[in-house]
Amino acid sequence: MTISATGRVVGRFHGAWLRVEGHWTWYRRHWLSTLYSTGLQPVLFLAAMGLGFGSQVQAGPATGGYSYLVYVTPALLVAGAAQQAIGESTYPVLSGFKWQKDYVAVTSTPVSPGQVLGGHQIWTALRLVISGAVYALVALLFGGWTNAGAVLVVLAGVLTGMACGSMVTGLAAWTFDEGQRFGLLFRFVVIPMTLFSGTFFPIAQLPLYVRWLAWISPLWHGTELSRAVTLGGYGLLPVLGHLAYLAVLIAVGWTIAHRGFYRRLVA
Amino acid sequence: MQAKALVKRFGEFEAVRGIDVEVRPGEAFGFLGPNGAGKSSTMRMIACVSPRSEGDLRVLGMDPDADGPRIRARLGVVPQEDNLDTELTVRQNLHVYGRYFGLSRAQVRQKAIELMEFAQLSDRAEKPVESLSGGMKRRLTIARSLVNDPELLLLDEPTTGLDPQARHLLWDRLFRLKARGTTLIVTTHYMDEAEQLCDRLVVMDGGRIAAEGSPADLIARHSTREVVELRFAPGEQQDAAGRVDGLAERVEVLPDRVLLYTMTGEATLERVHERGLRPLSSLVRRSSLEDVFLRLTGRTLVD
Repeated sequence: MTISATGRVVGRFHGAWLRVEGHWTWYRRHWLSTLYSTGLQPVLFLAAMGLGFGSQVQAGPATGGYSYLVYVTPALLVAGAAQQAIGESTYPVLSGFKWQKDYVAVTSTPVSPGQVLGGHQIWTALRLVISGAVYALVALLFGGWTNAGAVLVVLAGVLTGMACGSMVTGLAAWTFDEGQRFGLLFRFVVIPMTLFSGTFFPIAQLPLYVRWLAWISPLWHGTELSRAVTLGGYGLLPVLGHLAYLAVLIAVGWTIAHRGFYRRLVA
Repeated sequence: MQAKALVKRFGEFEAVRGIDVEVRPGEAFGFLGPNGAGKSSTMRMIACVSPRSEGDLRVLGMDPDADGPRIRARLGVVPQEDNLDTELTVRQNLHVYGRYFGLSRAQVRQKAIELMEFAQLSDRAEKPVESLSGGMKRRLTIARSLVNDPELLLLDEPTTGLDPQARHLLWDRLFRLKARGTTLIVTTHYMDEAEQLCDRLVVMDGGRIAAEGSPADLIARHSTREVVELRFAPGEQQDAAGRVDGLAERVEVLPDRVLLYTMTGEATLERVHERGLRPLSSLVRRSSLEDVFLRLTGRTLVD
């Protein structure tokens, strides 16, 4: 008696997309709670900083002549995206190797570690689109947008989130302990980055000897992009520079993660 | 599946030290050995998730190094630890996993119903995996591994940690698979499992193959027909062990008991009593793979 298996090898992109499908199956059950954590926080910030604190701030040269609400609205979207992507790329990735072991399960099918990583990346990007769009709509009700550049801010958020997320995915792929370093990452990198990357005030206010920290922060580049497409007044060259910087971070993070995924799943 | 002089090294450590194995289609084949014998490393190489360090390996007629995904498309894998998606339902686990094998949505829907039936989980279809018992999770893991109708099913310690009833239910499912023509490769450190399931097996120890054959064949070759087990009061064993010389073909002294290998257990036990030895308890039984393993390696399987 012979039997013949029904399985077949899936295409390169298809394999990654099937991972997205798997995440989507999970998301359909849990979307409300995730939206609460990823969508609500930026909105709270917008209410507190944009409306509350902003009511005490005079429009001036530092805000490009716009109200503080309009100044801070695009930057908060990008900051929220960075935080969300980083969160999605710490414990959830480590768990794929270590606790839930879903990466181990999936790579015993025709799907490869590279496709698992690709699926994670696409899924993170889609989640950023969803929460960015929700935030953009809420901010519209608050009067945070002055033009249709808001749509491009969602894209700037995705790009910034992917830059941060890719680097952190690379870190997670090479984390073999219980992930204690993620706590340090949040305390000493993510929170300072959120506070001092030009989200709430121009980095020109920072003393020169720490300003370079803002320059290397992906969040600052994303924030600049988000203001370029809403407030205007930026040259093409700086915009291209910010885009290129974020693209390089995505490529570097993805490459480090790729090696880590293969090293851990095929050994 | 064919392996010749197969070696797996992790840095300096040699987990598999040159093994030759051939598994024929439709056969149930076992790797028996203690933890750390190299069974799981071998399984991972066969499953095409661990490149071999040396030697030759063919799975379903293909080379894992060159055709990993094509081989995996036709394999079923039951890992040592369940790695189900605990936040999804039983049905969703089967759906999602089936899709990775390129099956259509209609195919996985149909297959999930069939597999839940097979694994006796139909009434739990919409329950999240978190809520299942250990035995149910194990059955679901096996059901999941069958989603692509694999020609070769790899089971790494399939019943470790399960209660006796759950084990028997699992074994029954595996017999059915075998009857359908699926080739099974099983690793285990339980000799009863190996005896139940395997047509043929190899005993592995320290990364090498110590013996190969059918369970009955191995017992006939490496052990006697019967075994007398004697347990003595604490402190008396050493003295007693010195006084059983010549009563059996072979004597093994374990920390908690003395084993006498003999053709006729009852007769041997009588002669033990004749010598004035008074064990706390005694047992006459048939030889098992456990005895084969003890003979070949000088150690027991499960410590």
